[in-house]
Amino acid sequence: MKLALREMRRRPGRFVVAWTILALIAVLLMFLGGLLDGLLGSQTGAYRSQQADLIVYSENARESLPRSQITPEVKAEVERVEGVAEVGSLGSTQLGARPEDDPDSRDLMAVVLFGYEVAPRGVPEDPPGLGKVVADSSLRSDGVSVGDTLLIGPARTPVEVVGMVDATTYSGQASLWASIETWRAVTDENRPDLAGRTTVQALMVRVEAGDDPEKVAAAIDDATGETKTLTISAAIEALPGVSQQRSTFSQIIGVTALVAGVVVALFFALITVERTALYGILKAIGASNRTLVGGVVLQALVVSLAAALVGAVAALVFDVLIEPGALPFAATPARLLTSTMLLVIAGVVGSAFSLRRVLRVDPAAAIGGTP
Amino acid sequence: MNSNPSVASSAESNDPSSAKSGPALVLEGVRKVYSSGGGETVALDHADLRVEHDEIVALVGPSGSGKTTLCSIAGGLLSPSEGKVIVAGEDITEYSARKLTEFRRTSVGFVFQSVNLVPYLTARENLLVVNELAGRGSRRSDAKDRADNLLKELGLADRADNLPGGLSGGERQRVAIGRALMNEPALVLFDEPTSALDSKTGDLVVKLIRDEIKARGTAAIIVTHDDRITHYADRTVRIEDGRISA
Repeated sequence: MKLALREMRRRPGRFVVAWTILALIAVLLMFLGGLLDGLLGSQTGAYRSQQADLIVYSENARESLPRSQITPEVKAEVERVEGVAEVGSLGSTQLGARPEDDPDSRDLMAVVLFGYEVAPRGVPEDPPGLGKVVADSSLRSDGVSVGDTLLIGPARTPVEVVGMVDATTYSGQASLWASIETWRAVTDENRPDLAGRTTVQALMVRVEAGDDPEKVAAAIDDATGETKTLTISAAIEALPGVSQQRSTFSQIIGVTALVAGVVVALFFALITVERTALYGILKAIGASNRTLVGGVVLQALVVSLAAALVGAVAALVFDVLIEPGALPFAATPARLLTSTMLLVIAGVVGSAFSLRRVLRVDPAAAIGGTP
Repeated sequence: MNSNPSVASSAESNDPSSAKSGPALVLEGVRKVYSSGGGETVALDHADLRVEHDEIVALVGPSGSGKTTLCSIAGGLLSPSEGKVIVAGEDITEYSARKLTEFRRTSVGFVFQSVNLVPYLTARENLLVVNELAGRGSRRSDAKDRADNLLKELGLADRADNLPGGLSGGERQRVAIGRALMNEPALVLFDEPTSALDSKTGDLVVKLIRDEIKARGTAAIIVTHDDRITHYADRTVRIEDGRISA
């Protein structure tokens, strides 16, 4: 083991090529992962930041917020279901927004205006007053800051930005968080065809502490007979494109890890052939197979760990450098860790292909050549 | 054949305490057969050999005569097809590959022809490899002293921190001799130790081998073509077509 590490220290040049290639693969791997997380985050942020346990859609909505309609009667029914601690309406409308100083701008900011009663993380428990909103911080890249007024929709309804919140985008659009009253007022003004409705899009439900959310969800659907209730995590997966993106990216990431494994396998196959004579000598003077095999695996581990480190640092630097909202990219510790593990596993498995050759080296070959 | 019959009585004993006084090596009716393709090649045929505890034996014979095989069997690199192998009172005939590895690590020393040292380790570290392979971490400072002493004896005190690439051929062979002596073996096997050296350096190395081996009272088998070695050896054993003719 010590021998293997000392070789790496004394002859780093031997390992530089493999390490460089692996480091590039690591950068690619972590970049892909960051992009996936960023994309998923920008699609699902509004749901991810919810502190409720369940979301109630109307049954015919196919688990889609814009299609869903919940009446006050249904809300009242849900409130009576056992295990339900708190029910809050959630209204949502997708609209274009313009800056106040440019009311005729053709460059609309796509926003989703939410009316809420159960606050997501980072948004005040008590919704802001009439005509006021908390805006997602991704709007900063459009030049919006606290104190600005935005003109919403074709009616150009003014709302004042009184706060900012991170990571609450929905379907890649920035969100504005308002009271149900503000939301309804803005929506009625911009969609006169819908004016006067009393419905909201969905209900956010908190269950009693200790109750199983899945069971409460089933109880809600039984009680109303016209709702489809999901846990928040299930609702996130059901958002359009989420599972497709995840599986596409996972496949690309998988192939990339496979390439990393092949690189390590080829490198160690080469280096093992070069070392055959040395392995013969070492075995002859009493090196066990375990020592030699352990050395190869250890070297693969160190090379892939060092490469993963480069990838992780690159991902973190990139994450800091890009403006929020400019590109969906997120370097999360969990992603960096799983990418590192993926790379290390690929490295160790790759090196394992050389182990048979190491085991096969005959110590007797050290004397006078093989008979 | 026995130069010292008085200790012959303890030859068959497996008692390790007899290691220093009993014979360093006893081969009894050793036969080694290689099967290659469809046929069989007899590399060694009913070889009997006894090497006393402080004896230097030169093993000579044409190439393919079986001297490499004999040396490999004596050093626990190969197991015989038939017969008995006893090294320093330890019967290794039936040892598994794993036990043979440990046996080589603790009980024999090897000096090979040319590729001998770990290229990325200094002379001193090449000696210490023997200890590291055994995982004897606790006695590291002892081992270091021992390595330095050996290097000094071999005239390499000022070369201890050089990598093999920075040493001459003769110096490399001297380091290899030092490594072979690190584990205080009862038997040291030399495989044509001077074949890669010029005659002057070869002469020096041969003298050094004799001095070191005699000073320690250790046994040695030297496989060689080199007449100088047979001159320095206590005894020359000839081998031809797998048969020993003393």
